[in-house]
Amino acid sequence: MQQTAKSQPGAAVGFLRRYSLWIAAAVVVLVLPYIFTSGSSISMMSQMGVMVVFALSYNMLLGQGGMLSFGHAVYFGLGGFFTLHAINGVNNGAWSFPLELMPLVGGLGGLAFGIIFGWISTKRAGVTFALISLGIGELVAASAQMFTDFFGGEGGISTNRVTAANEASIFGFNYGPQIDIYYLVVVWAFLATILIYLLTKTPLGRMANAVRDNPERAQFVGYNPRMVRFAQFSLSGFFAGLAGGLFAIMFEILTAENLGAIQSGSVLLMTYIGGIGIFFGPIIGAILITWLQTSLSAFSEAWVLYFGLMFVFMVMYAPFGISGIIMQHYLPYKTGLLKRLLPAYGIAVIPTLILLVGAVSIVEMGYHISTSYLPSRPMDLFWVSVVATNAWSWIIAGAIFVAGVFACRWSYRKVGRAWDDVNETLVERGLA
Amino acid sequence: MLESLIFTIFNGVLYGMLLFMLASGLTLIFGMMGVLNFAHASFYMLGAYFAYQVSVFAGFWAALFLAPLGVALIGALTERYGLRQVHQHGHVAELLFTFGLVYVIEEVVHLVWGRTPVNYQVPEALDFTLFTLFTTDFPAYRAFMLGVAIFMFVGIFLLLTKTRIGQVVQASLSHPDMVGALGHNVPRVFTLVFAFGCALAGLAGVIAGNYFITEPGMAWNMGPIVFVVVVFGGLGSLGGALVGSLIIGLAQTFAVQMTFSIASVLADMGLAISEDAFLSGFWFLELSRIGPMLPYLLLVLMLIFRPRGLMGTRAD
Repeated sequence: MQQTAKSQPGAAVGFLRRYSLWIAAAVVVLVLPYIFTSGSSISMMSQMGVMVVFALSYNMLLGQGGMLSFGHAVYFGLGGFFTLHAINGVNNGAWSFPLELMPLVGGLGGLAFGIIFGWISTKRAGVTFALISLGIGELVAASAQMFTDFFGGEGGISTNRVTAANEASIFGFNYGPQIDIYYLVVVWAFLATILIYLLTKTPLGRMANAVRDNPERAQFVGYNPRMVRFAQFSLSGFFAGLAGGLFAIMFEILTAENLGAIQSGSVLLMTYIGGIGIFFGPIIGAILITWLQTSLSAFSEAWVLYFGLMFVFMVMYAPFGISGIIMQHYLPYKTGLLKRLLPAYGIAVIPTLILLVGAVSIVEMGYHISTSYLPSRPMDLFWVSVVATNAWSWIIAGAIFVAGVFACRWSYRKVGRAWDDVNETLVERGLA
Repeated sequence: MLESLIFTIFNGVLYGMLLFMLASGLTLIFGMMGVLNFAHASFYMLGAYFAYQVSVFAGFWAALFLAPLGVALIGALTERYGLRQVHQHGHVAELLFTFGLVYVIEEVVHLVWGRTPVNYQVPEALDFTLFTLFTTDFPAYRAFMLGVAIFMFVGIFLLLTKTRIGQVVQASLSHPDMVGALGHNVPRVFTLVFAFGCALAGLAGVIAGNYFITEPGMAWNMGPIVFVVVVFGGLGSLGGALVGSLIIGLAQTFAVQMTFSIASVLADMGLAISEDAFLSGFWFLELSRIGPMLPYLLLVLMLIFRPRGLMGTRAD
């Protein structure tokens, strides 16, 4: 009895400490709309929430289950279409269902198709799985053009969430203003994130990791790799469909594009760039890429190129993504060795910036010439007015780029040496 | 009926041979390096654009040789400085790398040639009617395309089976270590095979870019179909790629011509389905509209029931 009495305050502190990251995240997302009050940023943050769920569901396949899918948007899109039809059903008076729970319809739709297509495609992992997912993705995208009753053909399917919310709503909001949608998305995204996280702690989540790493051994332990993959795949379909449902409520319209190859590719890119090795990786990726998509696309036509190059370099040099880079610094930070890395990083910053300025200048001038109606019109480049048709602009940009390449090679060698030093010390201390 | 049948076969074979030009390079690269090159159709697109650029200055015939060489060079650089670096991270990383390359190449095409189609035309020397059967004209350029494709198929076949280079390539396929021990530079053989496969894709781009349209979307249009062909025929099998190309080419070309649906067939048999029946959209779907999804249906079915494809030797 004494012990329990003693441990009471300790438990509360322990609870706070243990879940501090989650609580902090909850506070931040609740407060954010008071900091970024403009309509466009609230809409962007809502989109980030949707993409976080979508990317996490994707990582249930790629990161946790080792299944590389090129057709994950199928479940996202189908979930969205189911949600739209469910909302339209409420508007037609066919049934009554609160708008707040509509994403569940999308989730169940995603789950249903996850079960159907998952059964087909999870027999094998690896490249065969990737190809089947590609085939199914194209198949569904192609049938979306045919079944116009369900997918709406060229114009897509649209709805009105406000009338549906007036018909049936749990909290009595009409979800007209963007801020209502933001909080709806945040609550769902938070719930989904917790659920997906808890799933990684279940036997299923653990077995998914085991099947990813060595299906044969998992089989020896007594689990059927296919069933593990299948369960993981179906659940991933559920969360993708949930994200699609949120997306549908937010935009009130969906076209066949939303379940096509481009959407599938984009979730793959954001998940991978965020990092597939760590749970929060896809969250970082979804937030960063959504931000880049909305903000970068506003002032550069070349943003897809930057995006693609970033992905390619990530695959080449940082296969565990941004979260992998962060986690790489965790041990040096804990042991106080980070300060040995910082000087080298400081030296590397300037060459990197020079390289980027040179590369971006070349790309932007190229786009200016190929897409502008009047290529000789001056353009703004890093706060300098530049005439892209002038040869000197190209020579200078090229020189900056080449100088950046050489300076980078020189300074990155220093970074490498600093890392060697840190790793050596870690080994000496028996930490690595 | 006969007229349309003959021309459908002609066009189907032509389309199939075009697919084969892409598929052969892809399957060769896979068989050799285990790399499924997602960006293969992007090299096809580059071939078309290079050909356009060269033909502006030096005409079509120069482009026919120079553009594939240019694409081969880019392919070699990609393999040497990209793929080889990624190789240590495994096959999934390689797949991802080439997937990223699709975006990069498409954007570079935007960057250099803009977002609208370029005016890449069939050369005047080949722009005439070869023969007229019944009432339909057969353009000479189609015969030329067919000729190039067949020439290429025979060329690859002889190169791989009758020459020393082909033997080294085939040996590196199954026993890379032994080939290395015999003093051959296996990584360089890989680079050459990758470049050669890209050159084939580039050649396909040269002769197809002016027949279709040379535009930035052509890689996305062609890419998945080529994948289907290669998987359908069996990954790594050249013969399989040929059969797969012809089957897919003919199937797609024929499907476009078919105007009957399940409902119309049933109606002919005396079982009329009413317009407002359950799933009426499905029953009244004309076969011609299923055409685009036919290859993917074949792909999925093949992967489920026979993952190694028609003539493939490896299951994954």
